[in-house]
Amino acid sequence: MNRLGYIFLYLCLGLVAVFQILPIVWLFLFSLKGNREIFAGSPFALPQEWKWENYLTVWEGGIGTYFFNSVWITVVAIILTSLLASMATFAITRMQWKLSSLVLGLFMVGLMIPIHSAIIPLFNMFLNVNLIDNPWSIVITYTAYNLPITMMILLGFYYTLPREIEEAAIIDGCSIHRLFFRIILPMTTPVLSTIVIINMIYNWNEFVFVNTFISSDQYKTLTVGIQNFIGQYMTDWGAIGATLIISLLPILLAFIFFSNKVVEGISSSAVKG
Amino acid sequence: MNKVMSNKWMIAFYVLPALILVGILIFIPLGLSAYYGLMDWNGIGDMEFIGMENYITAVQDMKFWDSAFHSFLLAFFSTLSLIVYLAISMILASKIKGADLLRKIYLIPMLLSSVAIAQLWIKVFNPSNGILNKMLMGLGVDNPPAWLANPDIVLYAIFIPILWQYAGFYILIYYAALKNIPESLIEAAKIDGASPLQIAYRIKLPLIAGVVKVTIVLAIVGSLKYFDLIYVMTGGGPNGASEVMASYMYKLAFSTNDFGYGSAIGFLLLVITLIVTVIVRKLTADKEELQY
Repeated sequence: MNRLGYIFLYLCLGLVAVFQILPIVWLFLFSLKGNREIFAGSPFALPQEWKWENYLTVWEGGIGTYFFNSVWITVVAIILTSLLASMATFAITRMQWKLSSLVLGLFMVGLMIPIHSAIIPLFNMFLNVNLIDNPWSIVITYTAYNLPITMMILLGFYYTLPREIEEAAIIDGCSIHRLFFRIILPMTTPVLSTIVIINMIYNWNEFVFVNTFISSDQYKTLTVGIQNFIGQYMTDWGAIGATLIISLLPILLAFIFFSNKVVEGISSSAVKG
Repeated sequence: MNKVMSNKWMIAFYVLPALILVGILIFIPLGLSAYYGLMDWNGIGDMEFIGMENYITAVQDMKFWDSAFHSFLLAFFSTLSLIVYLAISMILASKIKGADLLRKIYLIPMLLSSVAIAQLWIKVFNPSNGILNKMLMGLGVDNPPAWLANPDIVLYAIFIPILWQYAGFYILIYYAALKNIPESLIEAAKIDGASPLQIAYRIKLPLIAGVVKVTIVLAIVGSLKYFDLIYVMTGGGPNGASEVMASYMYKLAFSTNDFGYGSAIGFLLLVITLIVTVIVRKLTADKEELQY
């Protein structure tokens, strides 16, 4: 191809990149400005005075609590999902029993369920067992709804593990628990890191469950918290921008440091949609 | 060996925790959704069995049909946009320097929560201070529209952040598929004198047809279930102009406390999604699998 053609192609790709990045850059810039400057000034000008205090204001105004809730709920749900999914995948792929493919099928059907079709009964179930407005309802819901996709990502890896390892371990008198926790689980570290990343993105960003099951401010996570918060600060764009940047930061940092894992996780979770 | 690995207690120990959780929190609610759909129920008081009445109401409910129409419109746009993503991926996969970095940049919006995306785009669309209208006014447009307040354009406006959110995802999938095509095939076509466009359309496209079909299903089903972004950006408004099936269901249950009717709509959403999935799969079914 000639040079002009290549320049045109790069221009197209560059424009798409600008479209993808520009709104976030704008958001970051206005999170550091005051209203007067945002409304009167040019949108992509650097702040005349960098108002870092916007961040301090919203953090102390309540975002800190939401942030902490998001962190612990995300982490606990990731640990539960990874552990339970690994155990179930281990039993399905490595142990010998008649119903294993049927049970696997059940888990995979779970991939196709739109959560909105289940949310009213789920709300009622939690209401009946007093788990409404309790963060543990969120933790177990995240765990359950992420199990199918997590197991799907794990399956391919478990199928490729060589049988000889188990045979040798069992002949040496190793128990199942020891085999799983000491030998198999450590071997799956590469795929575990992928599922941790993908679960982190899902849990951190989830909105509907928290919005439906949690009503007290003290238990809300960032996604729902920023909704209320923005209502409160409706007119202060700088504060809204700072709130949004705080909510994006952990995922963006994870992406900067583990971008290959994120790409891998997102492509392998493509079926979830 | 076999005895240890087929110990029933051990199998139960490993598989039951996950299975019970999925059973209770995914499968039982689905069944209950169908059951509640047959009830007149405000969520707190007693349920009253009313048979198919909720479903009959749904069939005659113009608001439901409007929301379904909007959902299908989004599904149609999303499917069309795949062509653009495919074109970008073709360019990206054709020995472009920095392709890896570019596709990662494209992916960034996909990582953000729908709530953050919605809040950000509410600001982008702000009639007087958003960047969109500021740029338009800079270009000399006198009266740029109030994007989210105008019932005629709100659905199209909402589609822009949806494009923004998912572009990187589809490009990622297409790019990976295109990179899997053996270089020798492309070289052979070049030697035979095929133009780049011919190579793209006649060779690359058929070879990744399987992946394209999967993305069509994803785009359609994903759009039919679409909720978060619209709920936050417009709440279905103004005046129902951007209401979709999931947001209509949510509103019925959690704003007007009509849990019975809401469940019926939720169950219809499930059925419609499954039917559409089957139809799309049938329509795009392979007559012959391409081998290479």
